[in-house]
Amino acid sequence: MPTNPSRLAYFPGCAMKDQARPDELGTLQALALLGYEVEEIPRWNCCGTVYSLAQDDLMRHVGPVRNLVRVQGMGEKRVLTLCAMCYGTLTRSARFVEEPERLERINAFMDTEDDFRGGIEVVHLLTLLRDEVGYEKLASQVKRSLDGLKVATYYGCVLLRPREFAVDDPERPEVMERVVEALGGTPTVFPERMECCGAYLTVGRSDVVEDRAGRILRSARGNGADLVVTTCPLCQFNLDKRRPAGAPSLPVLYLGQILAWAMGVDEPAVAALLTDEPATGKPVPSGV
Amino acid sequence: MASELDLSRDRLDAPFARRVEELSGENPYACYQCGKCSAGCPFADYMDALPNQVLRLVQLGDESALDLSAPWVCASCLACGVRCPKGVDIAKTMEALRLLALRKGISPAPATPDRPCPQIALVGAYRKLTP
Ligand code: SF4
Ligand code: SF4
Ligand code: SF4
Ligand code: SF4
Repeated sequence: MPTNPSRLAYFPGCAMKDQARPDELGTLQALALLGYEVEEIPRWNCCGTVYSLAQDDLMRHVGPVRNLVRVQGMGEKRVLTLCAMCYGTLTRSARFVEEPERLERINAFMDTEDDFRGGIEVVHLLTLLRDEVGYEKLASQVKRSLDGLKVATYYGCVLLRPREFAVDDPERPEVMERVVEALGGTPTVFPERMECCGAYLTVGRSDVVEDRAGRILRSARGNGADLVVTTCPLCQFNLDKRRPAGAPSLPVLYLGQILAWAMGVDEPAVAALLTDEPATGKPVPSGV
Repeated sequence: MASELDLSRDRLDAPFARRVEELSGENPYACYQCGKCSAGCPFADYMDALPNQVLRLVQLGDESALDLSAPWVCASCLACGVRCPKGVDIAKTMEALRLLALRKGISPAPATPDRPCPQIALVGAYRKLTP
């Protein structure tokens, strides 16, 4: 079956339906404007957020692999994620279960599903923008420039580590900076941009995460940023909601929000930074 | 006669080290204790043993590694692994120690949310902090 090149199977993940909703709404509208027909995969489930690093823990790969089975069922060869954590679990689990003995066991276990055959590519929004849309086309589609807004690009961990699954050079990435530039913003490269925020330690060790968030925000602000953007809902939560007293108050937004705004989509949080419009808290869903 | 120095790795080849290797897929003896992992670990300040020291205990087959807080403070950020000159993915060793502790019922992990958390955090934590 010939696949429609503009059709994109999409795995949202739980955060996009919850705290990262502004990211999803903005990104999907931007992708539609870029000519993509994004189709949410049917009956998806949580990918489990964190990739199991153990050799014998096949059970923890069922979540991600089951989603890949759904992509296969749509007749698609690749799946888009916006969430950095989803990208990590899906790519790594897909590779882990490629090994024939593991594949056989996991397929035997998921006995009500079609067998996973492998060969599904997981694409993150950033690589899609870089490798398929291209920075130039992206820039040409910009309706409202970010107007030199200084944007600190926070990668966190999963987009860059481990090396085999990095969306860019793990020590000197530039993809997010180039996207910001294409949108008319000025990227702020800061030393903490790929240092972990503490991730799930926010459960039980919020003291540690507060320290990390404070450090990352001070580093971004100290390098002149007006705001921080990320593609990870857990980073966004940690930097914003675990912001310690006295830390810089700069907003922490999703990449999809600045993308959407630049492409002319309503995005109150970005509008508030660039215009006199007051932020109303929630983006206005239009046509999603 | 001069006494012989036994420098073979057989003396170090402890069952505990083997078990950790099996679970993590990482050879603990590949580590030559340069400390680069610890230098770049964003959580080293909060650990009771540095990542390279945790690895050293594993090399020595010392099961007290299971009582450390370090593996529970490790956030699996993988900064150590991308920088290790010997290609040791220490995050996997940390995961193996967490799993061994959890499977033996030694669980010093603070798994109770001390403040409200979104589900992405809860799912992540419970996948890491429960057997
Ligand atoms: S990584 Fe996150 S947002 Fe993505 S599905 Fe998994 S838990 Fe949910
Ligand atoms: S920085 Fe934090 S939440 Fe973000 S990817 Fe790393 S661990 Fe995740
Ligand atoms: S960086 Fe690698 S070799 Fe150096 S101490 Fe750490 S694990 Fe050992
Ligand atoms: S993976 Fe763990 S040990 Fe390694 S740098 Fe990150 S927190 Fe430190």
